[in-house]
Amino acid sequence: MSRDPRPADRGGRAGAVPAIEAVDVSRTYQLDGVSVPALRGVTLTVPAGDYVALIGPSGSGKSTLMHLLGGLDRPTAGRLVIDGRVVGGLSAPELARLRNQTIGFVFQAFHLLPRTSAVENVALPLVYRGVGARERRERAAAMLGRVGLGHRLDHRPNQLSGGEQQRVAIARALVTDPTVLLADEPTGNLDSTTGAAVLELLEQLNTESGVALVMVTHDAEVAARARRRIAMRDGVIVADSDAGPATGGAGPGGGPAEGGAGS
Amino acid sequence: MRLAEAWRVASDALRANRMRSLLTMLGVIIGVASVVLLVAIGTGTKQTVEQQVEGLGSNLLLVVPGRLDVGSAPAVSPLTLQDVDAVGRVVGDPGRVAVTVASGATVRAGTRQDFTTVQGVLETTPAVFARDVARGRYLSRSDVDTGRRVAILGDSVARILFPDREAVGQQINVAGVRFRVIGVFAPLGQSLGVDRDDEVHIPVTAAQRLYGTQRVDAIAVKAPDRERIDELGERIVAELNGRHPGTEFSAVTQEQILGVLGDILGILTGVLAAIAGISLLVGGVGVSNIMLVSVRERTREIGLRKAVGARPRDIGVQFLLEAVLLTAIGGLTGMALGVGGALLVAAVSPIPAAVTWWSLALAFSVSAAVGIVFGVVPAQRAARLDPVVALRAE
Ligand SMILES: Nc1ncnc2c1ncn2[C@@H]1O[C@H](COP(=O)(O)OP(=O)(O)O)[C@@H](O)[C@H]1O
Ligand SMILES: [Mg+2]
Repeated sequence: MSRDPRPADRGGRAGAVPAIEAVDVSRTYQLDGVSVPALRGVTLTVPAGDYVALIGPSGSGKSTLMHLLGGLDRPTAGRLVIDGRVVGGLSAPELARLRNQTIGFVFQAFHLLPRTSAVENVALPLVYRGVGARERRERAAAMLGRVGLGHRLDHRPNQLSGGEQQRVAIARALVTDPTVLLADEPTGNLDSTTGAAVLELLEQLNTESGVALVMVTHDAEVAARARRRIAMRDGVIVADSDAGPATGGAGPGGGPAEGGAGS
Repeated sequence: MRLAEAWRVASDALRANRMRSLLTMLGVIIGVASVVLLVAIGTGTKQTVEQQVEGLGSNLLLVVPGRLDVGSAPAVSPLTLQDVDAVGRVVGDPGRVAVTVASGATVRAGTRQDFTTVQGVLETTPAVFARDVARGRYLSRSDVDTGRRVAILGDSVARILFPDREAVGQQINVAGVRFRVIGVFAPLGQSLGVDRDDEVHIPVTAAQRLYGTQRVDAIAVKAPDRERIDELGERIVAELNGRHPGTEFSAVTQEQILGVLGDILGILTGVLAAIAGISLLVGGVGVSNIMLVSVRERTREIGLRKAVGARPRDIGVQFLLEAVLLTAIGGLTGMALGVGGALLVAAVSPIPAAVTWWSLALAFSVSAAVGIVFGVVPAQRAARLDPVVALRAE
């Protein structure tokens, strides 16, 4: 842990309500009548302010899990609690409200609205929260300032570099002051230098504002910087650096989870 | 605020695809424009015809052989001047009875000539119909009794035959017989493309001799009082039935004529509007189609909006508003075109066109309704999209 100067324990595990709690959660897709089990019983708690790296081979269920943790999808079995609310019992509008208030998403493909200025892109979640136009712009501009784009407010996505676009997306994810920031391969579309800068930004925001960061990554070095690493394979968690040997071996048998983080 | 956003997004979407939006609107534009234009023409025609029938004079009773209803062919008249006298006795005042025996004829004056309607009439005509003589005089009792060859010209006929001379006092030649012009009618003008000043009145007796006939085409009566006009009609028909057993006669009032004409024109207007309405419907299908395309194109945007907190309803409203905006703008454009077209038609053609507020209101609400009806399915599709699937869309 010598490489991690951050306070590892920001009250989350000291008994406060966890940001997200998943107990034996499964998600099975129906594809042309065939059942595809993408997640097969995942149990996981994300404390407030945590920094989690989610790793695993392609198709292991990382994105599926991220969608569930963000309330974008509902589990087919198991119990999922986001910010104290049980997802299974929520209607679509209630789930939308929950996402708006507690979750920020950052996608590999940025997903910015075209023909829409950076500041308006960032302000979008506030629209659905019912915030007035002036306050929306103020908060969005302030957030863009925090991600280092205070001078690009009225630029459109096609006038921004990839790194800048992802910063806009990060600002959009954080403008609502969420509890959890879910980033699915946020640097996957960026070159290594830009990617490193974006990563640094995410870590900085995690430290400064205390938003829990759950990040999918393929990069072992990146994963190593997280406070906690979770490895997945075939829809189950095969290693969790927090759970110790109990979850099936964080040791040498844990597979790809422990890449480079030999604590 | 959410509605304001939906509004902004919807109008942005239309602006981003200007050409496509315009083409999509075209169906609605054409539909609304033709509804407005055709209803205007129907209404204008109806108004003109009504004014004309009302302008004939009040308390008018028209007596004709046969039945006067939609689709019955005019019968050859068995009526004679003796019947006219009999009708005069029923009415109690021969001065309230007018007749006509009409035929087309060529009228000449020197080298000039005009083909026009020559009507044989009684001296009572101006008292029964509202018809003014501008210069000279109308027929007198003795003109009619003696079959004097005198004529009153419609304004147009007078202008054609005597462009640079006073017509009154001149000689004309009607179908080979010489007549003297004793008067010129005050002009009535055009209506429905028909020149109402294109006629010549001569004594009915002279006309019968000219055409070699004893017949009278129709009898018109100015009833002494409005309340008993139907009863008077019945008595006249009974009298004529007694004189011509086996022949049917009808006595119709202006209201009945207006009713029949109104029915015909109303049906015509309705049919035209319905045909135009079909193109509005086709326009609606186009809107539905393009909205489905729009939903498909913006699937990722929908997914993103849902991810950041848009409820299904927010998305649905956004797309519904886009559809309604399309048809409403199309509707307004169509209304402008329809009104412009109606004004143009009224100005440059003999077809009257009267734009009515109700047709504008109807056309606009129908086009907005078309947007709602045909926008609902695409909007619902957008609202129900699974955000995860939507975000993954290409
Ligand atoms: N919408 C879907 N329908 C059917 N199968 C899916 C769907 N989404 C994901 N899957 C399957 O679920 C498994 C996990 O996918 P995913 O969570 O995207 O993996 P990862 O993000 O780790 O690459 C894969 O086998 C994938 O094919
Ligand atoms: Mg993935």
